[in-house]
Amino acid sequence: MHLLEIRNLHVVVEGKQILKGIDLAVDPGEVHAIMGPNGSGKSTLAQVLAGRDTFTVTEGQVLYQGEDLLSMSPEDRAVAGVFLAFQYPVEIPGVGNMYFLRTALNAIRRRRGLEELDAMDFLALAKEKLKLVEMDQKFMNRSVNEGFSGGEKKRNEILQMAVLDPKLAILDETDSGLDIDALRIISNGVNAHRRDDRSMLLITHYQRLLNYVVPDKVHVLSNGRIVRSGDRQLALELEEKGYTWLEQQVEAPARSGASP
Amino acid sequence: MSTTNEVRKLTEREYEHGFVTKVEDDALPRGLSEETIRLISAKKNEPAFMLEWRLRAFRHWLTMKEPTWQNVRYPPIDYQDIIYYSAPKRKAALQSLDEVDPEILKTYAKLGIPLEEQKMLAGVAVDAVFDSVSVATTFKEKLAEKGVIFCSFSEAVQKYPELVKKYLGSVVPYTDNFFATLNSAVFSDGSFCFVPKGVRCPMELSTYFRINAADTGQFERTLIVAEEGAYVSYLEGCTAPMRDKNQLHAAVVELVALDDAQIKYSTVQNWYPGDAQGRGGIYNFVTKRGRAQGRSSKISWTQVETGSAITWKYPSVILQGDNAVGEFYSVALTNNYQQADTGTKMIHLGKNTRSTIISKGISAGRGQNTYRGLVKILKAATNSRNFTQCDSLLLGSKCGAHTIPDIEVRNPSSRAEHEASTSKIGEDQLFYCLQRGISQEDAVTMIVNGFCRQVFKELPMEFAVEAQKLLSVSLEGSVG
Repeated sequence: MHLLEIRNLHVVVEGKQILKGIDLAVDPGEVHAIMGPNGSGKSTLAQVLAGRDTFTVTEGQVLYQGEDLLSMSPEDRAVAGVFLAFQYPVEIPGVGNMYFLRTALNAIRRRRGLEELDAMDFLALAKEKLKLVEMDQKFMNRSVNEGFSGGEKKRNEILQMAVLDPKLAILDETDSGLDIDALRIISNGVNAHRRDDRSMLLITHYQRLLNYVVPDKVHVLSNGRIVRSGDRQLALELEEKGYTWLEQQVEAPARSGASP
Repeated sequence: MSTTNEVRKLTEREYEHGFVTKVEDDALPRGLSEETIRLISAKKNEPAFMLEWRLRAFRHWLTMKEPTWQNVRYPPIDYQDIIYYSAPKRKAALQSLDEVDPEILKTYAKLGIPLEEQKMLAGVAVDAVFDSVSVATTFKEKLAEKGVIFCSFSEAVQKYPELVKKYLGSVVPYTDNFFATLNSAVFSDGSFCFVPKGVRCPMELSTYFRINAADTGQFERTLIVAEEGAYVSYLEGCTAPMRDKNQLHAAVVELVALDDAQIKYSTVQNWYPGDAQGRGGIYNFVTKRGRAQGRSSKISWTQVETGSAITWKYPSVILQGDNAVGEFYSVALTNNYQQADTGTKMIHLGKNTRSTIISKGISAGRGQNTYRGLVKILKAATNSRNFTQCDSLLLGSKCGAHTIPDIEVRNPSSRAEHEASTSKIGEDQLFYCLQRGISQEDAVTMIVNGFCRQVFKELPMEFAVEAQKLLSVSLEGSVG
């Protein structure tokens, strides 16, 4: 069974058709990169999978561990192991980063019938994960994302992923706006969390992330459809020739790009 | 972690302080006249100056009109239909807690403030105002050692008439405003605190108010005086039983700080807000004012207002002494049909005076929340500063937030800064929390508590916890 299976997904935002029939299957342990130019629908796909209600699914379905993902609430999806690293993580003034993350972890653990972590155990876990993303412990005492630089926000997302331990991690342009050092740190954090039972969707505009995190499959999204799928070579080719190369190639609707 | 559990437990319950204690009332008939006032004064065995003062206030009140400028709506109040005095019946003056009516003690136990335990554990002296007469006062010995006077207002009138005479009405004169004047005429009891020169009050002082007898308007009067170099922190927490008829609460609080003295006054106000349809609830029309009279004196007001059908109050500071400091930290929450028109006045008279205003307004349901503030820096108050930050948070689309600041700076060396923001509780923030597995209700509580943190950190620890609980209870059903 696939971990995630998207079938013919159509999505409308404010009356505009953004996704026009996406097919995609991700197996446990696989890392898929979804590339595409601005406005191709990459972030919409990420948000729909996470349960954002500003999008309307008009057709198609999404199965996660064989179950209907779209009928689940966002928090139920989180409990089931779906994690979205946001492209623009929000600030929550006055709410401590540590408190937030512990509340999230314990909410999920409680729903899974696990014992909640007390402050000491949580701190130990957080410290270990902080090292992975090379973050200072003082970040934990600041308000969630408040006053964080772009890179710090993205590292904080990876930290949250590391602590919440998801089965499916969707990274929405986590690499955008990062300098080379931050990119390396984040990539290391991501690589450290590749496991046989964890799948990832890397949504990115640029190929360079894929130099650090090598995907099993690459899909190119254009105008609401996956127009081409392949392996890492596709990403390199794309970098060389640009998105227009693909767009010119694929004038007619093509749903053939989905991986099996 | 237990906090989230706690929040869930809290959000799932009804207003829990809605019970009525069966105590025989010794109440006056409804209505207000000179006769009523003479009766109140006689029942309390007051000296002549008190009666005179009450009568002057009453005669002045007859010439006044109820104000209408405030941004709140309520049906006309029939002042002849109010019982102005009720006291639990008792035999004689009480020597110890054992003599307190067990029913009353039970009430406190339900409110989570067992006096005995507090005596043992909390280190808090409690002057419990039950309806209109104080029934128990603790920790007196310890305070007396330091020379701190902390007693009911009635007792102060009997024992320390000179102090009362000197300070009563010195900050809020009996002519001040319609409700303060009414209070001056009919006030039944309250708290009196006097901290002598150089004394740091050894514990937090607190008073719990309850409105209990049906339809009894409660007219409390609090007077706190800190002499030179003295320090006192005073906590006031309010809960009231369920009622379906509106009840008027018109209290007056006066604070006086002499040279280098500090008074910190904290309030958690949770009077019955009315039901979800806007029926019932307390009218909380309160006059609170402090006079930072001495050089380098400091007065801080911190308030968390979650209750009452209508809250209408402006805890103020008159910064009279040079280098005086005035502070106002406020969280005001309105849900369902609650209305709040609250804020502060900072009147700078002395040189180098400083004031800070942090106001956090939260509106949910059909709640209407108005911040109204006056910052006035007079000509003589050179080199003075004010900083005002005024934030509003809206939950839902049927509520309202209003900000009415008034700033007057009358000399060129002084400066006033005003920052204001209004935000809706962000869909993005909410979704971020949900995506991390946090339930909608917990997420809202978390975001709102974060919004209020600047104010909560000014509260004494145990009060801060109570305040957070109150917020989550008050927000029940406001989203989703």
